[in-house]
Amino acid sequence: MKKERRILVMLLVLLGMCLSLFAGGKGEEETVDDGVTEIVYWQYFYETKKNLIDELIKEFEAANPDIRVIHQTFPYENYNTKVASSVPTGEGPNVINLYYGWLPMYMDAGYLQPLPEDAFPPEEIEAEYFPLVEAGKFDGKYYALPTAVRSLALFYNKDLFREAGLDPDSPPETMEEALEMAKKLTKTDKAGNYLQEGWGLQLNGQIHHWLREILVRQFGGQPYSDDGRTVTYNSQAGYDALKYATDFQLVHHVGMPNFMTDDVTAFKAGTLAMNIDGSFRLGTLDEIEELDYGVADIPTLNGVASNFASYWANGITSTTTGKELEASVKFLQFLLSDDVQARWLEAIGELPAKKDIALRPEFVNDPKYGPFIRGLENAHATMFVDETGQRQVWLDAWDQVVLNGMSVEDALNQAAETEQAILDRYYEGK
Amino acid sequence: MRKQRTLSRSRELWAYAFLAVPIVFYVVVRFYPSIFAFYLSLTDWDIVSRDKGFVGFENYARLFSDSVFRKTLFNTIRYVVVGLPASMFLGFVLAYNINKLTFGSSLYKTVFFMPYITSMVAVAWVWRWLYQPPPVGVFNNILVAIGLPSQQFLRSIGQAWISILVTTVWADLGFQMIILLAGLKGIPDEYYEAARIDGAGNMQILRKITLPLLKPTAIFLLISGTIRYLRIFTQVMNMTSQGDGGPLNSTKPLVLYIYDTAFKSFEMGYSAAMTVVLFFIILVITLIQMRVTRSEDQ
Amino acid sequence: MKISRMHIVTQAVLLITGLAMLFPFFWMIATSFKTGREVFSLSLIPQNPTMENYQELFTNSNFPLWFLNSVLCGFIVTLSTLFFDSLVGYTFAKYRFRGKKLIFILILSTMMIPTEMLVIPWFIMSNDLGWANTYWGIIFPGMMSGFGTFLMRQFFDSVPNDLIDAGRIDGLNEFDIWRRICMPLVKPALSALAIFTFVGNWNAFLWPLIVINDIYKYTLPVGLSFFNGEFQTEWEMVMTGASVATIPVLIIYLIFQKQIIKGIALTGIKG
Repeated sequence: MKKERRILVMLLVLLGMCLSLFAGGKGEEETVDDGVTEIVYWQYFYETKKNLIDELIKEFEAANPDIRVIHQTFPYENYNTKVASSVPTGEGPNVINLYYGWLPMYMDAGYLQPLPEDAFPPEEIEAEYFPLVEAGKFDGKYYALPTAVRSLALFYNKDLFREAGLDPDSPPETMEEALEMAKKLTKTDKAGNYLQEGWGLQLNGQIHHWLREILVRQFGGQPYSDDGRTVTYNSQAGYDALKYATDFQLVHHVGMPNFMTDDVTAFKAGTLAMNIDGSFRLGTLDEIEELDYGVADIPTLNGVASNFASYWANGITSTTTGKELEASVKFLQFLLSDDVQARWLEAIGELPAKKDIALRPEFVNDPKYGPFIRGLENAHATMFVDETGQRQVWLDAWDQVVLNGMSVEDALNQAAETEQAILDRYYEGK
Repeated sequence: MRKQRTLSRSRELWAYAFLAVPIVFYVVVRFYPSIFAFYLSLTDWDIVSRDKGFVGFENYARLFSDSVFRKTLFNTIRYVVVGLPASMFLGFVLAYNINKLTFGSSLYKTVFFMPYITSMVAVAWVWRWLYQPPPVGVFNNILVAIGLPSQQFLRSIGQAWISILVTTVWADLGFQMIILLAGLKGIPDEYYEAARIDGAGNMQILRKITLPLLKPTAIFLLISGTIRYLRIFTQVMNMTSQGDGGPLNSTKPLVLYIYDTAFKSFEMGYSAAMTVVLFFIILVITLIQMRVTRSEDQ
Repeated sequence: MKISRMHIVTQAVLLITGLAMLFPFFWMIATSFKTGREVFSLSLIPQNPTMENYQELFTNSNFPLWFLNSVLCGFIVTLSTLFFDSLVGYTFAKYRFRGKKLIFILILSTMMIPTEMLVIPWFIMSNDLGWANTYWGIIFPGMMSGFGTFLMRQFFDSVPNDLIDAGRIDGLNEFDIWRRICMPLVKPALSALAIFTFVGNWNAFLWPLIVINDIYKYTLPVGLSFFNGEFQTEWEMVMTGASVATIPVLIIYLIFQKQIIKGIALTGIKG
């Protein structure tokens, strides 16, 4: 009986603590009108990004003492879920960071407002930025702009090159060379299990982009119609591309998806020799001192160079008005400023979205950033309407060929059909 | 007589008084959102749009031609039909043997219950490691060490769902065991003694006494287990690559498809339609189970 | 003699299976002492065991707050569930009133709707009422459960009516009869419900994610997902967090485990 009473008392104390916390929480929400405009900025949690933005906000607030920016971050995996769920309530941030592939959906919903043209003149944007920012342009107006963009390049492990008797300073320039090297760089045990992969095939990493936007074009095709509404990779070029890539696993045995759980882990552990990946990976890899790696342009095939680019863009939500809107515009201008773009590259590893900053000699000639910046020139940004779903169709096509033994034609036709249905549902009635 | 009536009247009032707050709660927090979901299933709402376009039964019609829906429904039923009996059987074997122990039983109870109380996200990831291909996968290393060919496990259409089910059963076993153990403890010792005096062997006692008397417990486990297995989600989300329920949807359960449709593709209306279907499946199965087990009791 | 040999065999088999069962669990704990680079190595025992992950977790992240939030929300939800579910379960078991069957079935049917479908209406509601981004917002949907109501009704069924009538003759009011006479009789059931509710709440993810905006107000599962980043997952941190997260649940289990066994046996659960 005594013991139970003690437990009960403990519970009551906890309850009391909790109630006082409620009180605390409510007290905080009361805002004092001291002439300071408060705006809320949302992005996903990525440590260096969060730290840089926190730092930038301090500077911004020092320059604009009448504005306070509240910075909230969310787990990356569930960021889109979180943002979308906040929409029906009409509550949420003033300035928001969104993946370019999500923009069409949020546009449809009227979630964003057009960026005021006096603060962000369209002619200037078109002259200064890389053309891929047009993914944020709807009906002739810009709704969201990036501070930085990303492209792909070839990462290769120099130590493994040396070990295989290859020159660590001459990475492959063409796919033919790459394949020959990959064969030399692959190690298996007696039973044929991989001990080391020559070529990374992480479909749900960047390899589905490599297939879609790079290989299909290198075989002379185009993945989508110009307006992005029709799938066109179900063509000979598409079949060739899928055949070419799946042969790496099935015929040449230089790699497989999910080796060592994923490509990044394998590359970090020094068991993957060459991998196509984004500039954002530089930071992660540089943390590992034992890893001696290089970055090179994406190998060409049939004489064609292509690349895939993407970005996270900042926009202003449509519920933002009055003073908050003024403050948000100022903050956004600050985030897009030349200075911030240059600092972003060094702190995060993402490339400046403005051409003349990115093409500064110190960036273009940088051994690690150079290949990415050069890649931007022939980069394409897929016009996603349902990024997850559209990625999945390529994963499934691959699995159909590799696991189910389906022909590349059938697998890709099936993928095209599924993806076309996704596009149709989205564009229906537009 | 009159007093009797006022008495029962006053008790009825007490009953309503007890239920007042809960009824408000259920209406506001459960029924209203559920009805909202039913309503959503008749729209093409995508969460973010302001208006919800009414489309009638279009979403339900789409279900019939959606091969992924059929596949996930099949997967879900496969999880229930294979996984639940396996975990109940193994749970019983454990409980039966632990029950016979003269010492150490509470240690084993705790040991076997641990998986149930451990974060599913974390254990799903550990298991994912164990299933990796060589050189990192523990299971494959064991296979190779004893001279057997390595297996694809989660990368194989045929093995992935079984691999996930093994993890599920592993986590679920403790729950089954604890409740079965409780059921076994509830059987009076006198029954066993009487049987022994009559000269019954161990197997006979098991068949004639233990199993029949465990039936109410088993029914409870069957009904609650069916609901639990029909709602399998977290382990598949965390054990398949980027939670896609692959390869080729071979492991994707209905609830994962519902979640993806709602929160990744943002087709809330379609997702709601699937939820309604799942609700009726669970309802019908539960009612059948209750009906069947009750009629056998009488 | 024969029995004791059987006994030894049983013990041995159980011990080996038990250790095998715990292997993934050991692995989780072992990983929490590994460095990021060693995470993918095969050895169960870390080569260079490190406390860094724990230090990082407790000093450099909001983990202590997430942990506290989870404990608080867990306690309140559990207490509330115990109170209301036993009251409602008791009412259904021991009273006759109009609409009883219908209300009971409706409450039961709430067990069958996946939470995923309810979060959006809850969120709209929370915003209208000013509960978004508060602890109360996390807690309120879990205040009562159909499962608990069902369980408690089954238990109260087996409480003899004579006891209740005796209480009435003694002049106790109906609430006191429930509280002073009937509740002590179903303590084991309450223990079982306590652990099931606490465990279920401890792992809740989607709803806390959606209702909370401030990083320091999140509960553990959402907090741990911050280690699952855009380009890589810090597995050593996830495992460290998950290892620490097991402790409160284990404590709850150890407190209530004996009661659970008694509890479930007492019902003689009716089909």
